[in-house]
Amino acid sequence: MNSITQKLLETISNWTGSFPGAYSIREDGQCAEFRSTEHIRIEPKADLPGLDIHVLPGTTGETVSIPACVTHGDIDDLVYNDFYIGEGADVTISAGCGVHNESGEPARHNGVHRFFLEKNAHVLYLEKHIGTGGGAGKRSIDPVTSVFLKEGASLEMDTSQIGGLDDSNRKTTAELAENAKLTIRERLLTEGDQKAATEFDVEINGDGAGVDLVSRSVARGNSRQTYRSRIAGNARCTGHSECDAILSENGSVSASPELDARNEDASLIHEAAIGKIAGEQLLKLKTLGLTEAEAEAKIIEGFLR
Amino acid sequence: MLQLCGISWAAPDGDSILKNVDLAFPDGKLTVITGPNGGGKTTLAKLIAGLQTPDSGRILLDGQDITGFGVTERARAGISYAFQQPVRFKGLTVRDLLELAARSQLDETQLCTLLSKVGLCARDYMDREINNSLSGGEIKRIEIASVLARNTKLMIFDEPEAGIDLWSFAGLIDVFLDVRRSLKGTLVIISHQERILSIADEIVVISGGSVTAQGPKAQILPGLLREDREGCAWCPNQEGAKVS
Repeated sequence: MNSITQKLLETISNWTGSFPGAYSIREDGQCAEFRSTEHIRIEPKADLPGLDIHVLPGTTGETVSIPACVTHGDIDDLVYNDFYIGEGADVTISAGCGVHNESGEPARHNGVHRFFLEKNAHVLYLEKHIGTGGGAGKRSIDPVTSVFLKEGASLEMDTSQIGGLDDSNRKTTAELAENAKLTIRERLLTEGDQKAATEFDVEINGDGAGVDLVSRSVARGNSRQTYRSRIAGNARCTGHSECDAILSENGSVSASPELDARNEDASLIHEAAIGKIAGEQLLKLKTLGLTEAEAEAKIIEGFLR
Repeated sequence: MLQLCGISWAAPDGDSILKNVDLAFPDGKLTVITGPNGGGKTTLAKLIAGLQTPDSGRILLDGQDITGFGVTERARAGISYAFQQPVRFKGLTVRDLLELAARSQLDETQLCTLLSKVGLCARDYMDREINNSLSGGEIKRIEIASVLARNTKLMIFDEPEAGIDLWSFAGLIDVFLDVRRSLKGTLVIISHQERILSIADEIVVISGGSVTAQGPKAQILPGLLREDREGCAWCPNQEGAKVS
């Protein structure tokens, strides 16, 4: 494992020289290290690059870390990771990704992750994406996440991309059975000429199931973001999506939320707000003694926390 | 001491809101500004805090001319202003706001001291976002706490009672009495409430953009209460109404 990987790991995951629990570190398209535990089995796929991760039923309080790092240009990494979470298990999965590029060649990581949660399983899924390095080569990350929740299962996804990536295209789909719950918190910051696209597509198929999807983003410089979400309510269910974006300088955001209610007991709500920081928010913080720049930084810091 | 000398301000549509106002707010005293809605009270407070700039006149704080100071400079010079309609922030927590106000990190005991003054429990509120989940009364109390956290030499509260329920209102009076007791600087409250007027040292009445009365409470309040009881002379339900 090289020093750039070590630095990226510190930023995108809870790495402190080692990981607690099961883990697999991917570096420049190869598996650098991995470890299974008594309850969590990590196996390389036979036919594709990537891993099958099996969490035994009833496993609780354990963690799985599967960070991926790209440390130079001219890399186009594609990996398929499948997570099979046994009935009643309750685990935390961390899958950050860092792309460092000092060269003129592009560097890309594309992680295709599928989560299969059995009855009453719960997963906290943490995903942090960053780009670093001063090279002119493009840094891009294109995560694809598919979530399948069986009866009573729940997944909380906390995903962030705070600067440094020239291009990202994030696609998340989910299917929810009876009483399943999906919560997604997305935070996104783009600057310069960066582009970021987000797509969510959720099918709620079981009575009592629900999704809560909150996206907060800041578009600075000349950056461009697009946000598409679709929540389909096919049962007696609840769905809520909220898309808030702050524009700064010439940043632009296009948001298209879609609600598709196919059952009379589906209760779906969408909220969206795009605009620059409210003048009264800046004024309030200025009355506390902050300068305009300090006030703006604090408001954005809180917004993206 | 804060002095306003010949302050005038007109709205962008040309309406004259304040007309050549001269006022002095002495140190160590609680001055309550009152008067009818639309009379110019909030504009006056905003001019003092720097949220508006006067068209003419001067503002002096302890003899220093601060007329040209922006909002930040005035805050740093020792002016605090509690908004009549507090601002909501997605993401910033009550702790964030109070720490920004105090310009330092606050431990749980300090947060507890501040929030208990406005009738809130720190454990329940310090990590809550200042967003739409807070009621009008809750956010108003947090706004007041943000000014108390600054503890500056001039504090202005713009209609602190607006949006606060009756139970909180009694507590609010205690907050101002407490601030009044330990006051070294100047406390200014804009209010219509008789209970707040009754704890004032000085009362200023602003109506139609001008100061129509000012002086010690004992001198001004009886007249205000008499006017209030007389009510609207044209209302047929009022005793002594004029009959056309």
